[in-house]
Amino acid sequence: MALLEVENVHTYYGNIHALKGVSLTVNEGEIVTLIGANGAGKSTMLKTISGLLRPREGTIRLAGEEMSHYKAHEIVGKGVVQVPEGRKIFGRLTVTENLEMGAFSKVDGAAIAEDMQRVFALFPRLKERRHQLGGTLSGGEQQMLATGRGLMARPRVLLMDEPSMGLAPILVQSIFATLQQLHRAGTTILLVEQNARIALQVADRGYVIQTGEVILSDTAENLRRNEMVRKAYLGIS
Amino acid sequence: MAKSNWLGAIRLGLIGGVIAVLVALVGMVEVFGERDIVAGVISMGQTLLVLTVLLVGYITASRTAGSQRLVGVASGALAGLLTSAMLVVLLLIGKAVNLRPVLINASPVLYKILTFGQDTGTGVLILLALGLVIGVVAGIIHWLPPRVRGAVIAGLLLVGLIGLLQDLLRVTLAPFPEVSKAVAWMFGSKGQKGLSVAGAIVVFTVVAAVSYLWAAQGNNLQRRVRALPPSGQRAVRWGSLALAFAMLLVWPQVAGPYLSDVSNQVGLFILAGLGLNIVVGFAGLLDLGYVAFFAIGAYVMGVMTTTGGEIATNFQWTFWEALPVAVGASVLMGVILGIPVLKMRGDYLAIVTLGFGEIIRILAISDFLKPYEGGSLGIVLVGKPTLGSLVMETPQSLYYLIFAGCLLAVFISWRLRDSRVGRAWKAMREDEDVAQAMGMNLVTTKLLAFATGAAFSGLAGAIFAAKLSTVYPHSFTLLYSINVLSLIIVGGMGSLPGVFVGALVLVGLPELLREFSEYRLLMYGALLIVMMLTRPEGFWPEATHRREFHEEEAVVEPVPSSAPAP
Repeated sequence: MALLEVENVHTYYGNIHALKGVSLTVNEGEIVTLIGANGAGKSTMLKTISGLLRPREGTIRLAGEEMSHYKAHEIVGKGVVQVPEGRKIFGRLTVTENLEMGAFSKVDGAAIAEDMQRVFALFPRLKERRHQLGGTLSGGEQQMLATGRGLMARPRVLLMDEPSMGLAPILVQSIFATLQQLHRAGTTILLVEQNARIALQVADRGYVIQTGEVILSDTAENLRRNEMVRKAYLGIS
Repeated sequence: MAKSNWLGAIRLGLIGGVIAVLVALVGMVEVFGERDIVAGVISMGQTLLVLTVLLVGYITASRTAGSQRLVGVASGALAGLLTSAMLVVLLLIGKAVNLRPVLINASPVLYKILTFGQDTGTGVLILLALGLVIGVVAGIIHWLPPRVRGAVIAGLLLVGLIGLLQDLLRVTLAPFPEVSKAVAWMFGSKGQKGLSVAGAIVVFTVVAAVSYLWAAQGNNLQRRVRALPPSGQRAVRWGSLALAFAMLLVWPQVAGPYLSDVSNQVGLFILAGLGLNIVVGFAGLLDLGYVAFFAIGAYVMGVMTTTGGEIATNFQWTFWEALPVAVGASVLMGVILGIPVLKMRGDYLAIVTLGFGEIIRILAISDFLKPYEGGSLGIVLVGKPTLGSLVMETPQSLYYLIFAGCLLAVFISWRLRDSRVGRAWKAMREDEDVAQAMGMNLVTTKLLAFATGAAFSGLAGAIFAAKLSTVYPHSFTLLYSINVLSLIIVGGMGSLPGVFVGALVLVGLPELLREFSEYRLLMYGALLIVMMLTRPEGFWPEATHRREFHEEEAVVEPVPSSAPAP
């Protein structure tokens, strides 16, 4: 049984039919990527999973448990944690305070302190800057902070929305190297990316989504070789 | 010396001149001229003008001095001269043309003050010379080493303050023969208003000396406290808190009925301010209808306890029986207001809450509810709080009731701020969406903020009703909400000590200066503008806001990471 199962989900923005029966699965320990163009419904999918949007039809299950009737904050408690698009760190709080906010759903003080050390080990830059305001970090550091903040909630599934957005290529490389590191440590990740090239390099499997429908799903390797994907998303003819 | 420095001095001098002319034309110089700070030497009106020139000169000197101090003094003098020159222009125009049909305060009395009772020619010369001299003095004050400068400024400020509050001091200190003798000497003979020259010199010298010594020793003391182990530091902190507590406890006994009453008004604003501080400061929900909860607390207290018999219901409960009902009703209304505005943010929230405040006020004044709560006639003979056989009627006894209420509110605010709820409020204030993504329940978090804020305000309203013995709808206008909001802004958003400072400055001070109440709103506005320009984070800001405005300090001084709440 897959850890996260999304089955035939329909989501609307008012009258706009944004997701038209999307199904996908994420297995324990996998990195699965969702690629597609602007407006294809990638972020909508993540928002639906994390409970910020409600599907009109379809089911979302975490380890077999139906999730779609939970509220957003309850879903975080269940272990589905989103690292939002555009990072959205708390600019006026320090790095440490940002991380503490990430652990809001946890109550065990010792475990939180331990998790923070783990985040600092993963991102030594954050440790150096732990007393600095979030808003004064560089874009790459903010992405590290947003990721670290997500990890503080001890996610069973980490939902990452466009981590490469607005970052210099070298920083994108380093963020994705971290994702691979997390992957090796056993973290389950659902990754939404416009940068299909790098997403398909780190992912195990991938789904291609277009105007609210999954048009293709395969292993990342096969997708990299797929003629249509190469043309439309990798820019290779 | 760069040309821009002179240009800066000219610019500041002209700005100062505009301020001085405005102060004169709104009539402040004339009205305040009736009271002397130092008898026969300088009146309050003149002090205002001198203060303008001093400030302009000082700011100019601090901007231009740099390495050359003489340049600072010279540019200060230039700015001072220009400021007084603007007054001269006003004087000359006023003498040539009758300005009174348009500017009613451009009166002969004003001209007399500006010319020091001399003829125009001599007056102009004196005015210009004084501007120059005061500008030089301001430049020299800036030139002084910081410690001496601080002492001089403290001395001048206190002379001004004592002169300002002279009547109050005389009345308050009358019951203490030893002190009042000294005070009587300070103020000279009974008939005259203001400090005697000798008194002013003594006050200045003593204050300056104390301030100098404190500046010399204070740092030392602070360093020694900081060197103490954490337990010792905590002991010092608790010790000073206990001392402040004890002083606040004996305060009404020393202060007498008038000052106690002023303290009570400040106290009620502190109570309401602490509530709004949770809503606006902690949770970031801009509530402009805050007066509604104050009104509900007051009306419930009034209806439940009145013995006037004017209204249909006839509960005649005691204060203590009615108090929980009043607070409970406010909390309920807090939640009822909270539910429809859950999805609103920023401006929209402000407008809806503004409307809510008006709805409550209009309901209170309406004929529809008149049989139940008196309508525009209000409620009279509201029950007084009692303690055993003691009826709390005097301002002194009410003080303790309000004091207890404030203590409770401070304690609750303080514990909430450092709790999980407090952290959720903080996250919500920064970014609602992300707060939700962190697993915070926005619905309960928001409602809790509204309910707690409403509870404090309702408590303040209930005590307010009992204190006045009456409830009238005209006490609950939008201005009340604005006042409470302003005191939070002036004190520092989200800061607990800030609420106290804000209430003292915005409620206590105007109350003490009642006789000048026609200029209250003008001063209020000026203070808010100056605050926003020079200290936008408030007098006593909360850490997050201080860091936002003073980035460089935050990086140097690491904030100890607080242990997550269990």
